[in-house]
Amino acid sequence: MKEIDYLAPSSLGEAYAALQNGKTSAFLAGGTDIIVQLREGRKEVDQLIDVKHIPELMSYGWTDDGGLVIGASVPFAEIYEDDEIVRRLPCVIDCATLVGGIQIQSRACFGGNIGNSGPAADTVPALIALGATLTLGSAGGTRELALEDFFTGPGQNVLEPGELIITINIPPQPANSGAFFHRFIPRNEMDIAVVNVGARVDLDATGERIEGARISVGAVAPVPLFVAEAGDALVGETPTEDSFGRAADIAAAAATPITDMRGSIAQRVHLTRVLTYRALDRALERAREA
Amino acid sequence: MTTTEKPDYKVIGTRPIRPDGVEKVTGKALYGADIHLPDLVQGAVLRSPHAHARILSIDTSAAEAMSGVLAVVTHSDLPVVADKVLDMGEGASTASDMSKNVLAADKALYRGHAIAGVAATNVHDALTAIEAIKVEYEVLPPVLNVQDAMRDDAPLLDESRHTRNPDGEESDNASNVAAHNRFEGGDVDAAYAEADVVVEREFDTKMVHQGYIEPHNGTANWNSDGTLTVWTSTQGAFAVRGALAELLQLPVSRIRVIPMEIGGGFGGKIGVYLEPVAALLSRKCGRPVQLTMDRTDVFQATGPTSGGHMKGKIAVKDGKITAAEVSLAFEAGAFPGSPVMAGAMCMLSPYEVENFKVDAYDVVVNKPKVAAYRAPGAPNASFCVEQLIDELARETGVDPLQFRLDNSAHEGTRMITGVAHPRIGQEETVQAAQASDHYNSPIEGPNRGRGVAGGFWFNAGMQSSVVASVNPDGTVNLIEGSTDIGGTRASLAMQLAETLGIEYDSVRPTVVDTDSVGHNDVTGGSRTAYASGQAVYEAGLDIQQQMVARAAQLWECEAEDIEYVDGALRHTSDSEKTMTFAELAGKQMETGGPLQGRGSVVARSPGAAFGVHVVDVEVDPDTGKVDILRYTIAQDVGTAVHPAYVEGQMQGGVVQGIGWALNEEYYYGEDGRMENASFLDYRMPTSLDLPMIDTIIVEVPNPGHPYGVRGVGEVPIVPPLAAIANAVHDATGHRFTELPISPRRVVEELHNLQ
Repeated sequence: MKEIDYLAPSSLGEAYAALQNGKTSAFLAGGTDIIVQLREGRKEVDQLIDVKHIPELMSYGWTDDGGLVIGASVPFAEIYEDDEIVRRLPCVIDCATLVGGIQIQSRACFGGNIGNSGPAADTVPALIALGATLTLGSAGGTRELALEDFFTGPGQNVLEPGELIITINIPPQPANSGAFFHRFIPRNEMDIAVVNVGARVDLDATGERIEGARISVGAVAPVPLFVAEAGDALVGETPTEDSFGRAADIAAAAATPITDMRGSIAQRVHLTRVLTYRALDRALERAREA
Repeated sequence: MTTTEKPDYKVIGTRPIRPDGVEKVTGKALYGADIHLPDLVQGAVLRSPHAHARILSIDTSAAEAMSGVLAVVTHSDLPVVADKVLDMGEGASTASDMSKNVLAADKALYRGHAIAGVAATNVHDALTAIEAIKVEYEVLPPVLNVQDAMRDDAPLLDESRHTRNPDGEESDNASNVAAHNRFEGGDVDAAYAEADVVVEREFDTKMVHQGYIEPHNGTANWNSDGTLTVWTSTQGAFAVRGALAELLQLPVSRIRVIPMEIGGGFGGKIGVYLEPVAALLSRKCGRPVQLTMDRTDVFQATGPTSGGHMKGKIAVKDGKITAAEVSLAFEAGAFPGSPVMAGAMCMLSPYEVENFKVDAYDVVVNKPKVAAYRAPGAPNASFCVEQLIDELARETGVDPLQFRLDNSAHEGTRMITGVAHPRIGQEETVQAAQASDHYNSPIEGPNRGRGVAGGFWFNAGMQSSVVASVNPDGTVNLIEGSTDIGGTRASLAMQLAETLGIEYDSVRPTVVDTDSVGHNDVTGGSRTAYASGQAVYEAGLDIQQQMVARAAQLWECEAEDIEYVDGALRHTSDSEKTMTFAELAGKQMETGGPLQGRGSVVARSPGAAFGVHVVDVEVDPDTGKVDILRYTIAQDVGTAVHPAYVEGQMQGGVVQGIGWALNEEYYYGEDGRMENASFLDYRMPTSLDLPMIDTIIVEVPNPGHPYGVRGVGEVPIVPPLAAIANAVHDATGHRFTELPISPRRVVEELHNLQ
C-alpha cells in the first residue's frame, strides 16, 4: 500500500478546494468500503478526503413539508436511534439497520453506501422506493437529481470531478402509503445481498385501491434498478395476490443479473419475483397501519 | 449418560477454568504475529496468478536492487531433497513435494502457489519488491475437479506421475491419479442378487477450509552459529522441526521450534508454509524475518480439505445391510495425499457389513494441496453412505435410528480393514439419540423435516512426553509439548491432579518448545487428552513411587508398607504415620533433592469415537434457505475429563459441519481462481445461523486408557453433512447429493430453474 495524504476539510469550501488540488481523491466517510478497497489494492488514490467534519454532511432534519434531509455522512446508528424517523419512515430503518454490524453502523452512512455505487447497495432500493433525491455540490454550485439516475455502472456514478454528495432528500410521503425494504442473503448476517428489493404502496383514501407504487431492485443489474413499469402496473388495481404477482413478474423481467459466487442468474430472477411480492405485501401492511 | 459404573473421580468430570483463559480474554496471550525481536524485519511472498503454469524463468534482480530489500529467495535456494515420506501426524507428504509446495519449482500448480519470498526493512518495501520480480510463465489449462482430472486426455500436473494401483504396480500411462486402493471382502454381487432393496447414488462435495481465525505466520532467526529458531502457530512443534530439518537439510538438533498460542488449527496447522521461507530469508540477510498471511493467502495457499466425487451402492436383506460398494475419488490438490483412505476406512465402520468393495482414488488437481481437517475424509464419505442408509431405512419402513441400531458394529465386528473393533460405544450412542428428548418430540409444520446420521473416527495415539516438577509448596509444574487447541492444558492438568490426588489448581501446565521436552506428536487425531493424558498419568505414578520411597526413608520402613491414597502417604499398619503430598513436597531437599516425574508413551489403544446426530430443519421453498431449528448430538467420549470442553468440541464440530453442509465451498472460476477467498463470501455460519446445539455425552470407557478417555474432537464433524441432507429430504422430498445445500442449489432444484 502506497502512502496516501489525509485531508479533513471543515467546510464545503475547503472540500471543494481539496478536490481541485490536482490529486486523485477518494472520500472517507465511514471508511467501511474505501479502507478495504485501498488495502486490497482494488483502488489507488493520492489522497483521502475525510468528509466527517463538514457540518452540512453531518446533520439531518425534517423539512417544513414533512420531508427528511439526511447529511451524506450521518452514521446509520444516529438515524435508526431517532424515534421520529423510526415512526415516520420505517423503510429507512429497514436498510439502515441492515448495513454491517453495530460497530460498522456507528460509522457507515448513506452517502458512503450510495457513493460506493455497488449494485447490491442495501440502502439504495429502499431510498428509491421512497422517491429520494440527492443534492450534489461542487465549487460551481449544487444540483439535485433522482437517486435512480445517479448510478452508471458497478462502482460508477454521475459524480463529476470536484463534486460530492451533500444530502439525501426523502420527500414527504403520500398519505396512506407504506414502504418496505428487505434483501435475501444465504446466512442471517454478514453477507452482501443476492437480491434486495424496496417497494412502496400508496393507497387511496378508502384504503381499497392502489394510487401509486414504486419498486426498486438491487444486485440484478450493473446498477440498482428502479422498475417504474412494475409500480405503474399496480395503479388503479386492488392489492391482491394477482396484482402483486403481476408486478413481481414485471420486476423479475427487468432483472438482468449475472452468475457469480453470490448467486446464479436463475436464482436471482426467481428471487426478484419472490422478494418483490413479499416487499409489496409488507408495504401494504404498513400502508394500512399508516 | 454413563453406561458403566464410573470410578469416584475427584477432578475428572469437573469444569474448572482453563489455565490460559485469563491471558486470552485480557488480550495478553502471545500469538505468532506478536513476536518482536531486535532487528526483526518483515517479508512478503510472491504468489502465482495462474492455477497451472510452467515457470520458464524468474528474474529477481530488480527486486534485489530496490531500497530496503534485504533478501530474495526462490525454490533454487532450497536444498535438493529426496522423495522421502514425511509423516506429519495427520497426513503424509514426500519431502520433495513439500519442498515444491513451499516454493514452486518448475511449475506453479495452483493460484496462490508461492514463487518467491522477499525480506525488507518494512512490509511496504517487501510488498513493492515482490511486484518487481519478473516471472515468465507458460500458462497451462487448469484441472479443477476429480472427474476432469481422471479423464485420459486431462492436462497432467506432473508428466512423470503414474497411478499406484491396488496390486502395487504403477500404471503404464502418466496420470493425475496418484493412487488407487481397494478394500474387498465377501461377495457383493451375490448379496445384491438376494437383496430386498438396493439403493445407488452419486455424490459430490466441494473443497472446504477449516476457517481458523488466526492466519498462518512464521518468524525465523538463523543464528550465526548455524542454529535456527522458529516461532510459529502450529499444532505440532516437533512436526515443524522435522519438516524444516528435511526441507533445509539440517540436523534436528540445530532447530528449535517455539510454538506460540494458536488461533485455531483443526488439522490445517500441521504442515509448513511460511516457516522455511522465513528461515531461508533469515539465513540470507542475517536478521530475524517474519512472514504472515492475510485471509486470501490462507484460503488460496494453505491446506483445505478435499472435494470429490463418490458413488455408492448398498443392499439390505431382512433389515440388515448385506453389501456395500463405494467408490471415492478425492481431490488431493497440487500434490498427492488426500484423506481418501481415511474416508474409505471410516464410512462403514459404525456398521456390520460382510460383503464390501471399496475403491479409493487420490487425485491431483490445480488447487492447494489439502491438509488435515477434523476427521479428514470421513465427513465427505459419510455424506454418501449415511444418505444411502437413510434411503434404505425409508424404503424398508424402519425408523432410521432403529435401522442403524439393527446394523450397528460392536466389540469384535471387523472393519473393512479387517481389524476388529475393541469395546466401542456405537450401540449406546444410537440408543442415547433414540432416548433423547429431541428424537421423542414431534416435528411439525410445513417445510420442516428431521434427519439423522452417524459417524466414526479412529482417533490417534502416537508419542507424547511430559515432565512434572514438584514445587516445595505442594504444587506441580507440568511441562508438556502438545499445542493446546481445545483446552488440553486444563484436561492434562486435571488428569495429573487426579493421579496425584491433589487439587486442579495445584497443577500449572506449560507448553514448551522442542528443546525443552521430549518428542510430542501433533495435537491432532483427537490424541492429546488421550495420549498426552496417558503420559501425564505415568508421570503422576512416577511421582507417587518416588514419594513412597522417600516416605519409607523418612519413616525408616519398607516401601511396601506405604500406600499413596488421595494425595497422601500412609503407613499401612501405623496410622500415626501419614503425610500429605504437600508436606512431603516441602521436604524434598532432605529426602534426595528435586522431585520430578516423567511420562513418555507411544499410545496404541486410542479407542474409536462414534457420534449420532439428530437435526430439524425448515426450508423456505421460495428462497431455498435452510434454517437449523434444533440439533442434538450424542457421542461416546469414553470419559469426559472436562465436560464443558467436551461439549465445546462436540458443538464446534457440528457448527463446522453445518457450514460445510449449507454454504461453504471453494467457488472457482474457469481460470482456476478461487473467487470467494474472503470470509465475506466463503460463508461460514455465524452465531445467528445456529440454534443451541444440545449435547448428550455417552461414556463407554476406553479400556486402553487409565481413565477411559477417548478422543472427542473430530468425530462430531462427521455426521452433520448427511444428517442435514437427510433432514432437507424429509422437509422437501428432494435428495441433495451435491454440497453445499445452499439456497441457490435448493431453489434451483425445487423450482426446476435453469
